Amino acid sequence: MASPKDLKYTKTHEWVRLDGETAVLGLTDTAQTELGDITYLELPDAGESVSAGEPFGVVESVKAASDMYSPIDGEVVERNDDAIEAPELINQSPYEKAWLVKVKLADPSQLDSLMSNSAYDEFAEEQAG
Amino acid sequence: MSQETSTDRKTALHQRHVDLGARMVSFAGWNMPIQYTGILAEHRAVRTAAGLFDLGHMGQVSVTGPDALTFLQWTTTNDVSKLEAGEAQYALLPNESGGVVDDIIVYRQPEGEDGYMVVVNASNRERDVAWWQELRGRRSKLDVEVRDISHKLGMIAIQGPVAETITSRLTAFDPLSLDYFTWKRVKVAGVTTMIARTGYTGEDGFEFYADDAEIATIWDALLWEGGRDGLVPVGLGARDTLRLEARMPLYGQELGDDISPYEAGVGWAVKLDAKEFIGRDKMAEVKAAKPARRTVGFTTVGRSAAPRTHYPLFVDGKEIGQVTSGAWSPTLEKNIGLALIDREYAGVGKPLQVEVRGKLVDAVQVKTPFYKRDNG
Repeated sequence: MASPKDLKYTKTHEWVRLDGETAVLGLTDTAQTELGDITYLELPDAGESVSAGEPFGVVESVKAASDMYSPIDGEVVERNDDAIEAPELINQSPYEKAWLVKVKLADPSQLDSLMSNSAYDEFAEEQAG
Repeated sequence: MSQETSTDRKTALHQRHVDLGARMVSFAGWNMPIQYTGILAEHRAVRTAAGLFDLGHMGQVSVTGPDALTFLQWTTTNDVSKLEAGEAQYALLPNESGGVVDDIIVYRQPEGEDGYMVVVNASNRERDVAWWQELRGRRSKLDVEVRDISHKLGMIAIQGPVAETITSRLTAFDPLSLDYFTWKRVKVAGVTTMIARTGYTGEDGFEFYADDAEIATIWDALLWEGGRDGLVPVGLGARDTLRLEARMPLYGQELGDDISPYEAGVGWAVKLDAKEFIGRDKMAEVKAAKPARRTVGFTTVGRSAAPRTHYPLFVDGKEIGQVTSGAWSPTLEKNIGLALIDREYAGVGKPLQVEVRGKLVDAVQVKTPFYKRDNG
């Protein structure tokens, strides 16, 4: 499935939506497909900071746990407790219901280096080989 | 498990898995389905309806000749002399130091046929056969032949509460007339097959052994017949969570070269007093002195990532062992695990901590199996 056009993407399969000064982070459809049934999610609380290139949370499927990486610096202003309560939301609605955290951006220009949807789809397809 | 490699072998059902949209992985030198639609759905189908498994990667070894019983008595831990024609038993293939080379099922051939068939793990097949051949060489006077017959045989399993209903529609034979751990030669879907009432899921069900060229006929018929009853194909992913809930050991995790059967909790398959066998004295020593470690079941307290194989366990900050298998249990909807720990800390209700991804998570020891079917 083609990734939504209005988002930016990372090589570690996170998506970012810019909403004013705030960035919303999530996991891509490719990521949730690859992980399989997701059973557990760990996210930072509001007030915690995240750093570009550093893990900000853990997502686990029946098979294995993986870190999720923040593409940006900033402070978490809200996390999605619904997704923590029902991690299968990530399988069902990776771009809508299963947003993960909202981050107040330290430097909005950090989004410039991220991939567009078409670049990401090409990247994901290459990776799948 | 890893990505597909070109040297991997394919079972007779490989193209069917691909056509069903399975995700294929490399496992023990075979290209096998890890999941079709998803591990959770497949797991739950086996607990509530039925699942169909391709076990073409498993190994089968034929042991025949006048001294087959003598040889198997010497090279396995269970009492093979107890097997009547058509009966099967779980056993271990021992090494000389009191550990385990593999866990196996020994089938005595049905009435009127001589010898035994031993089913072994795919990952151990080659070294099992090599070990048996070496032992065969040490007892050259024995009239026995050990042959790897894996390449000729296909193997599938149907497991779950409606496995019997589905199977009975494809054969004149009454599957329920088969006792647990027995097998028989019958026709299913027009194909001659051995049908065994055995499995690795904690559910009732059957395993089929048929010629590699014919196993697909049974697979297709079962899948076609069983669709309306909720039968789905099940990959290795759910096979692992199913066997863990039922507390069935997996070689390389609960069992190994340097783990005593008494530590692994399979001492019941070791018959020290029945016979002489490889490694017997070492096993007897461990039993007499009481094993230093025990395999225990545990669940974690509160929510956390799942414990996984090799994660360390602590009591009061002291490392006391390691997780052998762990997962989020689809049936219990919580994290479960088996662990090999120092004996003094073992006991149902006793606390532990497991280090999961750098964090200490509280856990408590529980009775196993984690799951037991109602009529089981």
